[in-house]
Amino acid sequence: MSAKEMDETLAEFFRRTILKIPMTEMMTILKTWNFLSENQLQTVNFRQRKESIVQDLVLLCEENHASLNDAAHLDIIYTQFHRHQKIWDVFQMSKAPGDDIDLFDMEQFKSSFKKILQRALKNVTVSFRDAEENSVWIRIAWGTQYKKPNQYKPAYVVYYSQTPYAFTSSSRLKSNLPLLGQALTVASKHHQIVKMDLRSRYLDSLKAIVFKQYNQSFETHNCTTSLQEGSLGLDINMDSRIIHENKVEKERVQRVTQEIFGDYPQPRLEFAQYKLETKFKSDLNGGILAEREEPLRCLVKFSSPHLLEALKSLAPAGIADAPLSPLLTCIPNKGKNYFKIRDK
Amino acid sequence: MPAVVPSLVGTEDALLQQLADSMLKADCTSELKVHLARSLPLPCSVNRPRIDLIVFVVNLHSKLSLQSVEESLCHLDAAFFLGKVAFLATGAGRDSHCSIHRNTVVKLAHTYRSPLLFCDLEIEDFRAAMAQRLVRLLQICAGHVPGVSALNLLSLMRGSENPSLEDL
Repeated sequence: MSAKEMDETLAEFFRRTILKIPMTEMMTILKTWNFLSENQLQTVNFRQRKESIVQDLVLLCEENHASLNDAAHLDIIYTQFHRHQKIWDVFQMSKAPGDDIDLFDMEQFKSSFKKILQRALKNVTVSFRDAEENSVWIRIAWGTQYKKPNQYKPAYVVYYSQTPYAFTSSSRLKSNLPLLGQALTVASKHHQIVKMDLRSRYLDSLKAIVFKQYNQSFETHNCTTSLQEGSLGLDINMDSRIIHENKVEKERVQRVTQEIFGDYPQPRLEFAQYKLETKFKSDLNGGILAEREEPLRCLVKFSSPHLLEALKSLAPAGIADAPLSPLLTCIPNKGKNYFKIRDK
Repeated sequence: MPAVVPSLVGTEDALLQQLADSMLKADCTSELKVHLARSLPLPCSVNRPRIDLIVFVVNLHSKLSLQSVEESLCHLDAAFFLGKVAFLATGAGRDSHCSIHRNTVVKLAHTYRSPLLFCDLEIEDFRAAMAQRLVRLLQICAGHVPGVSALNLLSLMRGSENPSLEDL
Protein backbone atom coordinates (compact mmCIF):
# COMPACT_ATOMS: atom_id res chain seq x y z
CA MET A 1 0.00 0.00 0.00
CA SER A 2 1.56 3.25 -1.04
CA ALA A 3 1.67 6.06 1.42
CA LYS A 4 -0.83 8.68 0.43
CA GLU A 5 0.61 12.12 -0.01
CA MET A 6 -0.49 14.17 2.94
CA ASP A 7 -2.51 17.23 2.13
CA GLU A 8 -0.24 20.28 1.77
CA THR A 9 -2.12 22.40 4.26
CA LEU A 10 -2.24 19.57 6.78
CA ALA A 11 1.48 18.94 6.45
CA GLU A 12 2.09 22.64 6.98
CA PHE A 13 -0.13 22.62 10.03
CA PHE A 14 1.87 19.72 11.48
CA ARG A 15 5.09 21.50 10.68
CA ARG A 16 4.06 24.72 12.38
CA THR A 17 2.58 22.97 15.40
CA ILE A 18 5.69 20.88 16.02
CA LEU A 19 7.94 23.87 15.38
CA LYS A 20 6.23 25.76 18.20
CA ILE A 21 7.32 23.15 20.73
CA PRO A 22 10.51 24.14 22.58
CA MET A 23 13.25 21.53 22.17
CA THR A 24 13.40 21.00 25.93
CA GLU A 25 9.82 19.79 25.88
CA MET A 26 9.85 17.99 22.55
CA MET A 27 10.26 14.41 23.78
CA THR A 28 7.80 14.84 26.64
CA ILE A 29 5.11 16.26 24.38
CA LEU A 30 5.64 13.71 21.62
CA LYS A 31 5.45 10.90 24.14
CA THR A 32 2.28 12.32 25.65
CA TRP A 33 0.84 12.53 22.17
CA ASN A 34 1.71 8.89 21.69
CA PHE A 35 1.15 8.97 17.95
CA LEU A 36 4.69 8.21 16.81
CA SER A 37 6.12 4.99 18.17
CA GLU A 38 9.26 4.68 20.25
CA ASN A 39 11.03 3.05 17.28
CA GLN A 40 10.04 5.83 14.95
CA LEU A 41 11.27 8.50 17.34
CA GLN A 42 14.59 6.74 17.60
CA THR A 43 15.14 7.11 13.88
CA VAL A 44 15.18 10.88 14.20
CA ASN A 45 18.48 12.60 14.77
CA PHE A 46 17.70 15.13 17.46
CA ARG A 47 21.04 16.80 17.10
CA GLN A 48 20.20 18.47 13.85
CA ARG A 49 18.93 21.98 13.43
CA LYS A 50 15.38 22.27 14.66
CA GLU A 51 13.93 22.80 11.16
CA SER A 52 15.41 19.50 10.03
CA ILE A 53 14.16 17.64 13.07
CA VAL A 54 10.69 19.00 12.45
CA GLN A 55 10.86 18.00 8.81
CA ASP A 56 11.76 14.44 9.81
CA LEU A 57 8.94 14.32 12.30
CA VAL A 58 6.43 15.53 9.72
CA LEU A 59 7.58 12.79 7.35
CA LEU A 60 6.96 10.25 10.09
CA CYS A 61 3.50 11.67 10.58
CA GLU A 62 2.86 11.21 6.87
CA GLU A 63 4.04 7.63 7.10
CA ASN A 64 1.49 7.03 9.83
CA HIS A 65 -1.25 8.64 7.78
CA ALA A 66 -1.79 11.28 10.41
CA SER A 67 -5.11 13.04 10.17
CA LEU A 68 -6.30 16.49 11.07
CA ASN A 69 -7.67 15.00 14.24
CA ASP A 70 -4.20 13.80 15.24
CA ALA A 71 -2.82 17.24 14.57
CA ALA A 72 -5.57 18.78 16.67
CA HIS A 73 -4.66 16.43 19.51
CA LEU A 74 -1.08 17.54 19.37
CA ASP A 75 -2.23 21.15 19.44
CA ILE A 76 -4.34 20.46 22.52
CA ILE A 77 -1.39 18.86 24.29
CA TYR A 78 0.83 21.79 23.42
CA THR A 79 -1.77 24.18 24.81
CA GLN A 80 -2.12 22.13 27.98
CA PHE A 81 1.61 22.49 28.54
CA HIS A 82 1.46 26.20 27.72
CA ARG A 83 -1.86 27.14 29.20
CA HIS A 84 -0.44 30.41 30.51
CA GLN A 85 -0.10 31.69 26.98
CA LYS A 86 -3.86 32.06 26.75
CA ILE A 87 -6.18 34.28 28.71
CA TRP A 88 -9.05 32.32 30.21
CA ASP A 89 -12.63 33.43 30.87
CA VAL A 90 -14.97 31.62 33.19
CA PHE A 91 -18.53 30.60 32.42
CA GLN A 92 -21.09 29.28 34.82
CA MET A 93 -24.06 27.22 33.73
CA SER A 94 -27.26 26.57 35.57
CA LYS A 95 -30.13 24.21 35.25
CA ALA A 96 -33.72 25.39 35.13
CA PRO A 97 -35.57 24.94 38.39
CA GLY A 98 -37.29 21.61 38.29
CA ASP A 99 -34.87 20.05 35.82
CA ASP A 100 -33.89 16.48 36.50
CA ILE A 101 -30.37 15.84 37.55
CA ASP A 102 -29.30 13.55 34.73
CA LEU A 103 -26.30 11.34 35.04
CA PHE A 104 -23.57 12.89 32.96
CA ASP A 105 -22.45 10.86 29.95
CA MET A 106 -19.17 12.11 28.51
CA GLU A 107 -19.55 10.46 25.12
CA GLN A 108 -23.03 11.79 24.71
CA PHE A 109 -21.85 15.28 25.68
CA LYS A 110 -19.07 15.19 23.11
CA SER A 111 -21.25 13.94 20.30
CA SER A 112 -24.00 16.41 21.09
CA PHE A 113 -21.55 19.33 21.35
CA LYS A 114 -19.98 18.49 18.02
CA LYS A 115 -23.32 18.05 16.29
CA ILE A 116 -24.60 21.43 17.43
CA LEU A 117 -21.55 23.23 16.08
CA GLN A 118 -21.50 21.29 12.86
CA ARG A 119 -25.14 21.94 12.21
CA ALA A 120 -24.67 25.68 12.66
CA LEU A 121 -21.39 26.07 10.79
CA LYS A 122 -20.75 23.55 8.11
CA ASN A 123 -17.02 24.00 8.52
CA VAL A 124 -15.73 23.50 12.01
CA THR A 125 -13.12 21.19 13.54
CA VAL A 126 -13.94 19.90 16.99
CA SER A 127 -11.51 17.75 18.96
CA PHE A 128 -11.59 16.42 22.50
CA ARG A 129 -9.06 15.26 25.03
CA ASP A 130 -10.05 13.90 28.40
CA ALA A 131 -8.18 15.21 31.40
CA GLU A 132 -8.10 14.88 35.17
CA GLU A 133 -11.04 15.35 37.51
CA ASN A 134 -13.65 14.39 34.90
CA SER A 135 -12.72 17.32 32.73
CA VAL A 136 -12.42 17.55 28.99
CA TRP A 137 -10.36 19.88 26.84
CA ILE A 138 -12.16 20.88 23.67
CA ARG A 139 -10.45 22.47 20.71
CA ILE A 140 -12.55 24.28 18.13
CA ALA A 141 -11.26 25.60 14.84
CA TRP A 142 -13.85 27.93 13.36
CA GLY A 143 -14.88 28.09 9.72
CA THR A 144 -17.98 29.43 8.02
CA GLN A 145 -20.46 28.08 5.52
CA TYR A 146 -18.03 28.87 2.77
CA LYS A 147 -14.58 28.88 4.35
CA LYS A 148 -12.58 26.01 5.75
CA PRO A 149 -11.76 26.16 9.44
CA ASN A 150 -8.82 28.31 10.44
CA GLN A 151 -6.59 25.88 12.31
CA TYR A 152 -4.31 28.62 13.54
CA LYS A 153 -6.83 30.49 15.67
CA PRO A 154 -8.65 27.80 17.61
CA ALA A 155 -10.69 28.35 20.71
CA TYR A 156 -10.27 26.10 23.74
CA VAL A 157 -12.83 25.10 26.30
CA VAL A 158 -12.03 23.21 29.47
CA TYR A 159 -15.22 21.79 30.94
CA TYR A 160 -15.36 20.16 34.36
CA SER A 161 -18.25 17.80 33.89
CA GLN A 162 -19.09 17.37 37.55
CA THR A 163 -19.48 21.11 37.94
CA PRO A 164 -21.35 23.86 36.14
CA TYR A 165 -18.11 25.60 35.19
CA ALA A 166 -16.27 25.91 31.92
CA PHE A 167 -13.15 27.88 31.11
CA THR A 168 -12.62 29.27 27.64
CA SER A 169 -9.60 30.80 26.02
CA SER A 170 -10.53 34.19 24.67
CA SER A 171 -10.81 33.67 21.00
CA ARG A 172 -10.21 36.53 18.64
CA LEU A 173 -13.25 35.42 16.71
CA LYS A 174 -15.72 36.77 19.22
CA SER A 175 -18.75 36.36 17.02
CA ASN A 176 -18.76 32.64 17.67
CA LEU A 177 -19.02 33.02 21.40
CA PRO A 178 -22.84 32.81 21.63
CA LEU A 179 -22.81 29.65 19.55
CA LEU A 180 -20.13 28.15 21.73
CA GLY A 181 -22.11 28.98 24.84
CA GLN A 182 -25.21 27.46 23.38
CA ALA A 183 -23.46 24.26 22.38
CA LEU A 184 -21.95 23.86 25.83
CA THR A 185 -25.24 24.52 27.58
CA VAL A 186 -27.35 22.21 25.48
CA ALA A 187 -24.82 19.39 25.29
CA SER A 188 -24.30 19.39 29.04
CA LYS A 189 -28.06 19.55 29.65
CA HIS A 190 -28.06 22.93 31.28
CA HIS A 191 -30.50 25.74 30.80
CA GLN A 192 -28.49 28.89 30.94
CA ILE A 193 -24.93 30.09 30.72
CA VAL A 194 -23.46 33.24 32.23
CA LYS A 195 -20.04 34.76 31.84
CA MET A 196 -18.41 35.42 35.19
CA ASP A 197 -16.46 38.59 35.85
CA LEU A 198 -13.30 36.63 36.27
CA ARG A 199 -10.37 36.38 33.91
CA SER A 200 -6.72 35.38 34.13
CA ARG A 201 -3.89 33.56 32.39
CA TYR A 202 -3.58 31.15 35.25
CA LEU A 203 -6.11 28.45 34.65
CA ASP A 204 -5.18 26.57 37.80
CA SER A 205 -5.75 29.66 39.89
CA LEU A 206 -9.13 30.26 38.27
CA LYS A 207 -10.01 26.68 39.13
CA ALA A 208 -8.92 27.15 42.71
CA ILE A 209 -11.02 30.27 43.05
CA VAL A 210 -14.12 28.90 41.42
CA PHE A 211 -14.00 25.52 43.14
CA LYS A 212 -13.11 27.24 46.41
CA GLN A 213 -9.94 25.22 46.77
CA TYR A 214 -7.63 28.11 47.39
CA ASN A 215 -7.77 27.99 51.12
CA GLN A 216 -6.06 24.68 51.22
CA SER A 217 -2.54 24.35 50.01
CA PHE A 218 -2.55 23.78 46.27
CA GLU A 219 0.04 23.53 43.52
CA THR A 220 0.88 26.38 41.27
CA HIS A 221 3.61 26.41 38.70
CA ASN A 222 5.31 29.38 40.25
CA CYS A 223 4.51 29.42 43.90
CA THR A 224 5.76 32.84 44.83
CA THR A 225 5.59 33.70 48.47
CA SER A 226 5.89 37.25 49.69
CA LEU A 227 7.51 39.41 47.12
CA GLN A 228 9.46 41.39 49.61
CA GLU A 229 12.09 39.59 51.57
CA GLY A 230 10.67 38.93 54.99
CA SER A 231 7.63 41.10 54.39
CA LEU A 232 5.00 38.93 55.98
CA GLY A 233 7.63 36.89 57.70
CA LEU A 234 8.41 39.97 59.74
CA ASP A 235 8.52 38.12 62.99
CA ILE A 236 7.85 40.21 65.98
CA ASN A 237 10.44 38.27 67.91
CA MET A 238 13.63 39.26 66.33
CA ASP A 239 16.83 40.66 67.54
CA SER A 240 16.27 42.03 71.02
CA ARG A 241 18.56 44.91 70.12
CA ILE A 242 15.79 46.25 67.89
CA ILE A 243 13.14 48.21 69.73
CA HIS A 244 9.83 48.49 67.95
CA GLU A 245 7.94 51.54 69.00
CA ASN A 246 4.84 50.48 67.19
CA LYS A 247 4.91 46.85 68.24
CA VAL A 248 1.27 46.73 69.17
CA GLU A 249 0.23 48.22 65.86
CA LYS A 250 2.47 45.86 63.92
CA GLU A 251 1.02 42.89 65.68
CA ARG A 252 -2.46 44.13 64.91
CA VAL A 253 -1.62 44.52 61.25
CA GLN A 254 -0.14 41.02 61.08
CA ARG A 255 -3.19 39.57 62.75
CA VAL A 256 -5.69 41.39 60.56
CA THR A 257 -3.79 40.47 57.41
CA GLN A 258 -3.71 36.86 58.40
CA GLU A 259 -7.42 36.84 59.20
CA ILE A 260 -8.25 38.20 55.79
CA PHE A 261 -5.74 36.41 53.60
CA GLY A 262 -5.01 33.29 55.57
CA ASP A 263 -1.77 31.36 55.73
CA TYR A 264 -1.97 29.67 52.38
CA PRO A 265 -0.52 30.84 49.05
CA GLN A 266 -2.95 33.05 47.17
CA PRO A 267 -4.32 32.09 43.76
CA ARG A 268 -2.54 33.90 40.99
CA LEU A 269 -4.22 36.74 39.15
CA GLU A 270 -2.61 39.46 37.10
CA PHE A 271 -5.09 42.27 37.54
CA ALA A 272 -8.27 43.60 39.09
CA GLN A 273 -10.37 46.17 37.30
CA TYR A 274 -12.91 48.54 38.82
CA LYS A 275 -15.31 50.50 36.69
CA LEU A 276 -16.78 53.39 38.61
CA GLU A 277 -19.99 55.08 37.66
CA THR A 278 -20.79 57.26 40.58
CA LYS A 279 -22.01 60.76 41.05
CA PHE A 280 -19.54 63.27 42.30
CA LYS A 281 -19.81 63.84 46.04
CA SER A 282 -18.34 66.88 47.68
CA ASP A 283 -18.42 68.59 51.02
CA LEU A 284 -17.96 71.97 49.42
CA ASN A 285 -21.14 73.64 48.45
CA GLY A 286 -21.64 74.53 44.85
CA GLY A 287 -18.56 73.10 43.25
CA ILE A 288 -18.80 72.82 39.48
CA LEU A 289 -19.00 69.07 39.60
CA ALA A 290 -21.40 68.93 42.49
CA GLU A 291 -24.34 69.89 40.35
CA ARG A 292 -23.62 67.38 37.68
CA GLU A 293 -26.45 64.90 37.32
CA GLU A 294 -24.64 62.33 35.26
CA PRO A 295 -22.33 59.96 37.01
CA LEU A 296 -18.61 60.26 36.50
CA ARG A 297 -17.02 57.33 34.77
CA CYS A 298 -13.60 56.11 35.60
CA LEU A 299 -11.61 52.91 35.34
CA VAL A 300 -9.08 51.81 37.90
CA LYS A 301 -6.90 48.83 37.16
CA PHE A 302 -4.46 47.14 39.50
CA SER A 303 -1.80 45.00 37.79
CA SER A 304 0.81 42.73 39.23
CA PRO A 305 2.70 39.54 38.43
CA HIS A 306 0.84 38.12 41.44
CA LEU A 307 -1.88 40.51 42.48
CA LEU A 308 -3.24 38.82 45.59
CA GLU A 309 0.17 38.22 47.14
CA ALA A 310 1.03 41.84 46.44
CA LEU A 311 -2.16 43.03 48.15
CA LYS A 312 -1.43 40.74 51.08
CA SER A 313 1.97 42.34 51.61
CA LEU A 314 0.77 45.98 51.43
CA ALA A 315 -0.21 46.48 55.06
CA PRO A 316 2.74 44.64 56.63
CA ALA A 317 5.07 46.66 54.43
CA GLY A 318 3.56 49.89 55.73
CA ILE A 319 2.26 50.99 52.36
CA ALA A 320 -1.42 50.72 53.22
CA ASP A 321 -3.56 50.62 56.31
CA ALA A 322 -5.01 47.37 57.56
CA PRO A 323 -7.66 46.20 56.93
CA LEU A 324 -7.59 46.81 53.19
CA SER A 325 -10.70 47.87 51.38
CA PRO A 326 -13.14 44.99 51.02
CA LEU A 327 -13.26 45.75 47.31
CA LEU A 328 -9.73 44.38 47.13
CA THR A 329 -10.00 41.56 49.61
CA CYS A 330 -13.22 40.07 48.31
CA ILE A 331 -11.71 38.98 45.00
CA PRO A 332 -11.20 35.25 45.65
CA ASN A 333 -14.34 34.99 47.77
CA LYS A 334 -16.57 36.56 45.20
CA GLY A 335 -14.76 34.96 42.30
CA LYS A 336 -14.49 38.28 40.53
CA ASN A 337 -11.74 40.50 39.29
CA TYR A 338 -13.94 42.82 37.28
CA PHE A 339 -16.13 45.15 39.28
CA LYS A 340 -18.73 47.74 38.41
CA ILE A 341 -19.40 50.21 41.14
CA ARG A 342 -22.49 52.33 40.98
CA ASP A 343 -24.26 54.56 43.41
CA LYS A 344 -26.63 52.56 45.53
CA MET B 1 29.34 53.37 78.33
CA PRO B 2 25.64 53.26 77.62
CA ALA B 3 24.44 51.85 74.32
CA VAL B 4 24.22 54.05 71.25
CA VAL B 5 20.72 54.14 69.88
CA PRO B 6 19.55 55.50 66.55
CA SER B 7 15.89 55.88 65.84
CA LEU B 8 14.77 55.02 62.32
CA VAL B 9 11.51 56.75 61.56
CA GLY B 10 9.46 55.95 58.46
CA THR B 11 6.31 54.29 57.18
CA GLU B 12 7.88 51.40 55.38
CA ASP B 13 8.45 48.74 57.99
CA ALA B 14 10.19 46.26 55.78
CA LEU B 15 12.86 48.74 54.70
CA LEU B 16 13.42 50.00 58.23
CA GLN B 17 13.73 46.46 59.46
CA GLN B 18 16.30 45.61 56.84
CA LEU B 19 18.29 48.74 57.57
CA ALA B 20 18.20 47.96 61.29
CA ASP B 21 19.49 44.45 60.62
CA SER B 22 22.29 45.85 58.47
CA MET B 23 23.28 48.35 61.13
CA LEU B 24 23.48 45.62 63.73
CA LYS B 25 25.83 43.73 61.45
CA ALA B 26 28.07 46.74 60.89
CA ASP B 27 31.26 47.38 62.83
CA CYS B 28 30.55 49.31 65.98
CA THR B 29 32.85 49.62 68.95
CA SER B 30 29.99 50.58 71.24
CA GLU B 31 26.97 48.52 72.15
CA LEU B 32 24.24 49.19 69.60
CA LYS B 33 20.49 49.04 69.82
CA VAL B 34 18.13 50.24 67.10
CA HIS B 35 14.80 51.91 67.68
CA LEU B 36 12.12 51.77 64.98
CA ALA B 37 9.09 54.00 64.82
CA ARG B 38 6.48 54.65 62.23
CA SER B 39 6.08 58.35 63.01
CA LEU B 40 6.35 60.97 65.70
CA PRO B 41 5.23 61.79 68.30
CA LEU B 42 6.05 58.61 70.16
CA PRO B 43 3.50 57.40 72.65
CA CYS B 44 4.65 58.75 75.98
CA SER B 45 4.18 55.86 78.36
CA VAL B 46 7.03 53.62 77.34
CA ASN B 47 10.38 53.37 79.05
CA ARG B 48 12.70 54.22 76.24
CA PRO B 49 16.48 54.56 75.90
CA ARG B 50 17.96 57.92 75.06
CA ILE B 51 18.01 58.45 71.30
CA ASP B 52 21.32 59.64 69.86
CA LEU B 53 20.41 60.09 66.21
CA ILE B 54 17.16 60.22 64.32
CA VAL B 55 17.10 59.08 60.73
CA PHE B 56 13.95 59.97 58.82
CA VAL B 57 13.53 57.49 55.99
CA VAL B 58 11.61 58.70 52.95
CA ASN B 59 10.74 56.38 50.10
CA LEU B 60 10.75 58.44 46.91
CA HIS B 61 8.16 56.06 45.48
CA SER B 62 5.62 56.91 48.15
CA LYS B 63 4.04 60.29 48.76
CA LEU B 64 2.65 58.85 51.97
CA SER B 65 6.12 58.26 53.36
CA LEU B 66 7.11 61.88 52.71
CA GLN B 67 3.91 63.19 54.19
CA SER B 68 4.35 61.12 57.31
CA VAL B 69 7.92 62.38 57.79
CA GLU B 70 6.86 66.00 57.29
CA GLU B 71 4.19 65.60 59.93
CA SER B 72 6.59 63.89 62.30
CA LEU B 73 9.14 66.70 62.04
CA CYS B 74 6.78 69.12 63.73
CA HIS B 75 6.84 67.03 66.86
CA LEU B 76 10.56 66.82 67.27
CA ASP B 77 12.38 68.78 69.95
CA ALA B 78 14.49 71.56 68.41
CA ALA B 79 17.62 70.37 70.19
CA PHE B 80 17.83 67.37 67.92
CA PHE B 81 18.37 69.55 64.91
CA LEU B 82 21.83 70.43 66.12
CA GLY B 83 23.38 67.51 64.31
CA LYS B 84 21.28 64.64 65.54
CA VAL B 85 18.89 64.41 62.64
CA ALA B 86 19.53 62.97 59.20
CA PHE B 87 17.31 62.30 56.22
CA LEU B 88 17.65 59.18 54.15
CA ALA B 89 15.95 58.97 50.77
CA THR B 90 15.54 55.58 49.16
CA GLY B 91 14.30 54.56 45.72
CA ALA B 92 16.13 57.13 43.60
CA GLY B 93 17.62 54.36 41.52
CA ARG B 94 14.27 53.47 39.98
CA ASP B 95 13.42 56.77 38.44
CA SER B 96 10.22 55.63 36.77
CA HIS B 97 8.73 54.66 40.13
CA CYS B 98 9.50 57.95 41.84
CA SER B 99 6.52 60.11 42.65
CA ILE B 100 8.54 62.54 44.73
CA HIS B 101 11.05 64.79 43.08
CA ARG B 102 14.59 64.67 44.38
CA ASN B 103 14.52 68.41 44.96
CA THR B 104 11.64 68.06 47.35
CA VAL B 105 13.73 66.10 49.83
CA VAL B 106 16.73 68.33 49.18
CA LYS B 107 14.63 71.33 50.15
CA LEU B 108 13.24 69.52 53.17
CA ALA B 109 16.71 68.67 54.45
CA HIS B 110 17.84 72.21 53.79
CA THR B 111 14.89 73.66 55.69
CA TYR B 112 15.77 71.57 58.71
CA ARG B 113 19.51 72.19 58.34
CA SER B 114 20.25 68.49 58.35
CA PRO B 115 22.20 66.17 56.08
CA LEU B 116 20.48 64.21 53.36
CA LEU B 117 21.71 60.81 52.30
CA PHE B 118 20.60 58.81 49.31
CA CYS B 119 20.61 55.04 49.34
CA ASP B 120 18.57 52.35 47.63
CA LEU B 121 17.85 50.30 50.72
CA GLU B 122 16.54 47.38 48.72
CA ILE B 123 20.00 46.62 47.42
CA GLU B 124 21.92 44.70 50.01
CA ASP B 125 25.40 46.03 49.29
CA PHE B 126 24.30 49.67 49.21
CA ARG B 127 22.33 49.13 52.38
CA ALA B 128 25.31 47.57 54.16
CA ALA B 129 27.53 50.47 53.16
CA MET B 130 24.96 53.02 54.30
CA ALA B 131 24.44 51.13 57.55
CA GLN B 132 28.15 51.37 58.28
CA ARG B 133 28.11 55.06 57.53
CA LEU B 134 25.14 55.63 59.80
CA VAL B 135 26.85 53.75 62.60
CA ARG B 136 29.88 56.05 62.34
CA LEU B 137 27.57 59.03 62.35
CA LEU B 138 25.75 57.60 65.31
CA GLN B 139 28.88 57.12 67.37
CA ILE B 140 29.85 60.74 66.87
CA CYS B 141 26.38 61.96 67.76
CA ALA B 142 26.42 59.86 70.91
CA GLY B 143 29.66 61.50 71.91
CA HIS B 144 31.64 58.28 71.68
CA VAL B 145 34.30 59.72 69.43
CA PRO B 146 36.60 62.05 71.36
CA GLY B 147 37.18 65.44 69.77
CA VAL B 148 34.23 65.40 67.40
CA SER B 149 30.75 66.47 68.35
CA ALA B 150 27.50 66.20 66.48
CA LEU B 151 27.58 69.89 65.73
CA ASN B 152 31.14 69.73 64.36
CA LEU B 153 30.13 66.95 62.12
CA LEU B 154 27.12 68.80 60.89
CA SER B 155 29.12 71.78 59.71
CA LEU B 156 31.70 69.49 58.14
CA MET B 157 29.07 67.56 56.24
CA ARG B 158 27.26 70.64 55.15
CA GLY B 159 30.29 71.97 53.37
CA SER B 160 31.03 69.05 51.08
CA GLU B 161 27.81 67.14 50.64
CA ASN B 162 24.92 69.46 50.71
CA PRO B 163 25.55 72.59 48.73
CA SER B 164 23.03 75.20 49.65
CA LEU B 165 20.18 75.60 47.25
CA GLU B 166 21.56 78.91 46.04
CA ASP B 167 24.54 77.04 44.65
CA LEU B 168 22.46 74.53 42.75
